[in-house]
Amino acid sequence: MSNAIKKIEGITKESTQEMIDKALEAYPEKGKKKRAPHLAPNDQASGSACVKSNRKTVPGVMSARGCAYAGAKGVVWGPIRDMVHVSHGPVGCGWYSWGTRRNLMSGITGVTNFAMQFTSDFQEKDIVYGGDKKLKTLLQEAKDLFPLAKGISVLSECPVGLIGDDINAVAKQSSTELDIPIIPCNCEGFRGVSQSLGHHISNDTIRDYIIETREFAEPIGPYDIALIGEYNIGGDAWSTKPLLEECGFNVKAVWTGDGEMEKIAATHQVKLNVIHCYRSMNYMCKVMEEKYGIPWIELNFFGPTKIRESLRKLAELFDDSIKEKVEAVIAKYDPIMQSVIEEYKPRLDGKKVMLYVGGLRPRHTINAYEDLGMSCVGSGYEFAHGDDYDRTSVEMPDATVVYDDVSELEFEQFADALKPDLIGSGIKEKYLFQKMGIPFRQMHSWDYSGPYHGYKGFPIFARDVDMAVNSPTWDLVKSPF
Amino acid sequence: MRQIAIYGKGGIGKSTTTQNTVAGLAALGKKVMIVGCDPKADSTRLILHAKAQATVMDLVRERGTVEDLELEDVLKVGYGDVKCVESGGPEPGVGCAGRGVITAINFLEENGAYTPDLDFVFYDVLGDVVCGGFAMPIRENKAEEIYIVCSGEMMAMYAANNIAKGILKYASSGKVRLGGLICNARKTDMEFELISALAAKLGTQMIHFVPRDNQVQRAELRRMTVIEYSPEHPQANEYRTLAQKISDNKMLVVPTPLEMEELEDLLMEFGIMEAEDEAIVGVAEAASK
Repeated sequence: MSNAIKKIEGITKESTQEMIDKALEAYPEKGKKKRAPHLAPNDQASGSACVKSNRKTVPGVMSARGCAYAGAKGVVWGPIRDMVHVSHGPVGCGWYSWGTRRNLMSGITGVTNFAMQFTSDFQEKDIVYGGDKKLKTLLQEAKDLFPLAKGISVLSECPVGLIGDDINAVAKQSSTELDIPIIPCNCEGFRGVSQSLGHHISNDTIRDYIIETREFAEPIGPYDIALIGEYNIGGDAWSTKPLLEECGFNVKAVWTGDGEMEKIAATHQVKLNVIHCYRSMNYMCKVMEEKYGIPWIELNFFGPTKIRESLRKLAELFDDSIKEKVEAVIAKYDPIMQSVIEEYKPRLDGKKVMLYVGGLRPRHTINAYEDLGMSCVGSGYEFAHGDDYDRTSVEMPDATVVYDDVSELEFEQFADALKPDLIGSGIKEKYLFQKMGIPFRQMHSWDYSGPYHGYKGFPIFARDVDMAVNSPTWDLVKSPF
Repeated sequence: MRQIAIYGKGGIGKSTTTQNTVAGLAALGKKVMIVGCDPKADSTRLILHAKAQATVMDLVRERGTVEDLELEDVLKVGYGDVKCVESGGPEPGVGCAGRGVITAINFLEENGAYTPDLDFVFYDVLGDVVCGGFAMPIRENKAEEIYIVCSGEMMAMYAANNIAKGILKYASSGKVRLGGLICNARKTDMEFELISALAAKLGTQMIHFVPRDNQVQRAELRRMTVIEYSPEHPQANEYRTLAQKISDNKMLVVPTPLEMEELEDLLMEFGIMEAEDEAIVGVAEAASK
């Protein structure tokens, strides 16, 4: 249970604070003062955040953060497969965010999915004279070329906001003329301190332009739910959606992994929202609760312990038929999961992992590592807020280090001090730690693997962790550092 | 709530006219908010008796991000319970003042500055609409009513006509309309007639002719509106009348801007400009003798 206080041998609040202080020594006074509140030993019993978060990055520290546009295009909009997503501005933002997140999609390209790179490719003249006319032409062309697209999102890059182009007016006019939903999203990269504001802006845009604009064709049933904040990384939704269906639910919409615009637009009709990534989509859950009275529940589908807990928590909200189905599902998969644990745990028991991912996964995956006998000795997020750190506090072992918007220097020093057997983080961190001779998994994209969610995902997760930690490669590497 | 944007040539007296008119509306018992959309941040000094110390962009610069701001940090209440906000922005020659306007207005919207008890919101906008940022106040769901401050000087009339062209562009895709010309008199020849005629050509009205009076200057030196400084003065009455006219105004039109020739014809008609004589174009005074 997550409520029991977890201890790690050799880690005390004092030892962790000492490690933090040592890392901070490298900074000039001002930088030290700014960074210090973002690093702290966890107080598991408190159940509340031990660090400051969602603050402007200190210049020069080599942060791993993204921008509002990244949060909008990469996270919220990009996975909706049957819409055309236009990166409005110069070509780079669209190009380098194309297909990098591994939010997998079904469908036929150009017919039922549009996972292509659409951009208005701004030139000097578009900055000087404004890009409104170009956008209008582009929308017409997109509609002509891809008449089956269910809608078009227009995602502002920085210069669009600077020159003050009114994409909302163009979208409105073109939407009427082309008879297709066109959604303007003012997610200029310079807004906010991280990609988190891009999620928020996108949620607000869904609220203003999409929700309630469609209805489901079939009548609404008592087990109709939506899966929110599930982005189908490495096929995660193809694990969680069938799992919930096996438990007797109708998953009417997935936000936004392998997502469909019209289902998202009709989600105001469901009975319950199941939210996975709280950080990026709690806003719309709260809107739907307030506006349509739809309750929401946060669930975690990483590792058998959390899956079991989550399914039972979910069943509590429904009748006996669901409860029976949920118990049957747990009874069916538990032995299979047990055999996975029996296979991998002997090789992973006692190993230590450090995590640093976006805004959700560290706290959600801690227990999956623990299922495999490992423990988490450090965790943090790029763009989480206080409520995320509150939720992390109870999952992390007591006195372990928590780091917010960690800099490369801090992360490196902590890893050097804690000597983890695995680090789970992003592509920007990967090669640093591999050069230090530390096994690494890229936990934004599941490192070209996945799914990791649900019962289908856990065996793959366990295999990948084992493959990283116990690879004989590491015996051949001698780090010069 | 009626949202009104005031445009006009630089230096024509937009800020002065706006604040005096707003003071007039406040005297009529209306609840008003002024949003200064000029980096100079002088759109509210007559109401607040001081230049706004904390503009939205000043605080953004200080604190790092707009998310760290609270509404009460930037919203000040002045004469007649008029709420005042200044967008602020960079000094000339650096950065992007237009984005400052967008940031400030978005901030006000997201933080609930537009309360339902407000009768009027006035946007006092930088003289030249040089980029999209300065058109922000007339985007959808913002100001739907524009007044252009002008005078009988030729360049002020050119500017008024150009602004009307801008309004036409926005009016075709949205609800923004021209409410009228406010003539802030410079005592030029036939000023009343000229601006009335220009207004008619633009399809609108000269909503009020504000005569030139040094009392405005005297009040300004004390950082006050005429209405507050000398409520009994005839000039205070002029602004009260203008306020009443705006309050009652129902004539909101899509303007019909003039071509350059039409405008010149108008000036000739009133004897402001001589008929064009190609023979004198480009000929220096000394050479013509």
